[in-house]
Amino acid sequence: MFAFIISRILQALPVLLAVALISFAMFAYVGDPVAIMLGQDYTQAQRDALVADLGLDQPFWVQFGRFIGNAVQGEFGLSYRLSRPVADLIAERAPATLELAFCAAGLALLIGVPMGVYTGLYRHAWLSRFFLTFSLIGVSLPTFLIGILLILVFAVWLGVLPSFGRGDTVRLGWWTTGFLTWSGVKALVLPAITLGLFQLTLIMRLVRAEMLEVLRTDYIKFARARGLPNRAVHFGHALKNTMVPVITIVGLQLGAIIAFAIVTEQVFQWPGMGLLFIQSVGAADIPVMSAYLLLIALVFVTINLIVDLLYYAVDPRLRIGRGKGGH
Amino acid sequence: MAASVRRFFDSDLWWSFTRSPVTVVSAIVAAVCILGAVFAPLIAPHNPFDLASLNLSDAFKPPAWDEEGAREYLLGTDDQGRDVFSAIMYGARVSLLVGLSATAFATLLGVTLGLLAGYVGGAVDSFLMRICDIQLTFPSILIALLVDGVVRAALPRIIVWLQERGVLSAEISAQLAHQHIALFVVIFAIGISEWPKFARTVRGSTLVERNKEYVQAARVIGVTRARIMVSHVLPNVLGPVLVVATLNLGLAILSEATLSFLGVGVPPTQPSLGTLIRIGNDFLFSGEWWITIFPGIALILMVLSVNLLGDWLRDALNPKLR
Repeated sequence: MFAFIISRILQALPVLLAVALISFAMFAYVGDPVAIMLGQDYTQAQRDALVADLGLDQPFWVQFGRFIGNAVQGEFGLSYRLSRPVADLIAERAPATLELAFCAAGLALLIGVPMGVYTGLYRHAWLSRFFLTFSLIGVSLPTFLIGILLILVFAVWLGVLPSFGRGDTVRLGWWTTGFLTWSGVKALVLPAITLGLFQLTLIMRLVRAEMLEVLRTDYIKFARARGLPNRAVHFGHALKNTMVPVITIVGLQLGAIIAFAIVTEQVFQWPGMGLLFIQSVGAADIPVMSAYLLLIALVFVTINLIVDLLYYAVDPRLRIGRGKGGH
Repeated sequence: MAASVRRFFDSDLWWSFTRSPVTVVSAIVAAVCILGAVFAPLIAPHNPFDLASLNLSDAFKPPAWDEEGAREYLLGTDDQGRDVFSAIMYGARVSLLVGLSATAFATLLGVTLGLLAGYVGGAVDSFLMRICDIQLTFPSILIALLVDGVVRAALPRIIVWLQERGVLSAEISAQLAHQHIALFVVIFAIGISEWPKFARTVRGSTLVERNKEYVQAARVIGVTRARIMVSHVLPNVLGPVLVVATLNLGLAILSEATLSFLGVGVPPTQPSLGTLIRIGNDFLFSGEWWITIFPGIALILMVLSVNLLGDWLRDALNPKLR
């Protein structure tokens, strides 16, 4: 187990280093930090002094090493657009994005898995057909259109839910949460549905396909022959064995949720990291972009690692294989 | 010519096409979208970019079936009195152009690098496939956004750099700095975000082909490596590429729409469907829903029909599924 974790981390390191290299190259060559810090009027002497001060006259690898050192400490310099430390900007907005992403993922799981189980068990029920048609729509609608349609129906026509912002938030230390106020919860509903709908349909289809597969196996027939109640067969035996692919996809889709959070946040003007990123892309704000890139890479690598570890917890065959090797 | 047409109508492909009503319908929808987009300047009822023909008193007209709608504006008008239906036709043109160019670019890049990786192997192979692995870890829209952002930020410096070295004349660089280039940036960004799929597919089939007898025979009679790759291996690995390209076209159109919706896509002077949706989004709250919803429906129809065609092509060309 321990060796497994170490080897996974070692595999992830080159990915992180490659992303760090790209992000450093952006930082060093795309944006001109000196020109931006000096403003319009400066002498060559001032420029040289600043270059030496920032260490920009050092060889590439020395600069890269220093960039990594700073990045590990969460130091990414100042945003060109807002003239504030990038780390502060991201820390300020992370809670909004994380709350949104977890709500969307939770929604997708809590609704998607039961819908998948139902459509898998009762294949010909009219409700199953309805769910499947609905999922086809969910798959083919682009995220921003789902958001726009929801705003049109629930905010403009019915006027029951807010269409932008986070509502009132409560500050808990450095974390701001929208869960504790009524307007915060209301503001979360539409963005979470927008972001979660595609994942929901994906999970539903996956669980359905896996259930159909598993229900045909011999051990399910055997469990029925033993006279176990339907509930035990369906949930204890069948659903449990569909979980490995579901965990993989959900884990990998968490990344997609973060990527599409950018779109959802733009539609709902949700004050999270995605909105910050897209505003930075528009304004060519390189420090924010490179910091966001590194952060996302870290999140993706971590998610992949956790997914691998969950395999261990869910699929006993992997553990047995290892155990034999150990003895 | 007539013989090859007859052969096409006798083929399995045509037979499986006629047997699937969903495919026929999506082919018709796709054809209508494509024809409408291509011939927009000829058949669109209005020219939304002809400032002289715009009349502000026609602004915010609802669709024709609404009581307040005007018959000449079938799907209503936007804030400047532009006909939404015509704007959609012109917008679909830009969307299709970007989608097709980006897919073509991704195909070219992916096929070349995939062929190289598969045939040359060794360090080239592991290097290219590592890049693919890293890129496939991230959703393609994120890569497209990032490339788009970086190229935008770097563009002024690249142009100055090229100009200083005499590669570009001052005149051309002045033009480049102008908005035209935004279109190419988007195509480049989407293309870069999608090449690994092509490279993977081609590399896989190349690995199979390279050990076949005809390749060995070519090698024995002294055909050069480059020539074997291009004229012997390449034609035999292109089949699956067609399917990947079709399925990717829908994705590329959606990526472009997403980028344009986020305001970092095509320039507002050449609005695509995504740009129209973004512009219309501002009027959603004042009740003018048609400005944003109709371009949205057009986008869905276009992408859905292309995707269904791609699905059908994948199944029809896969002998295992027959």
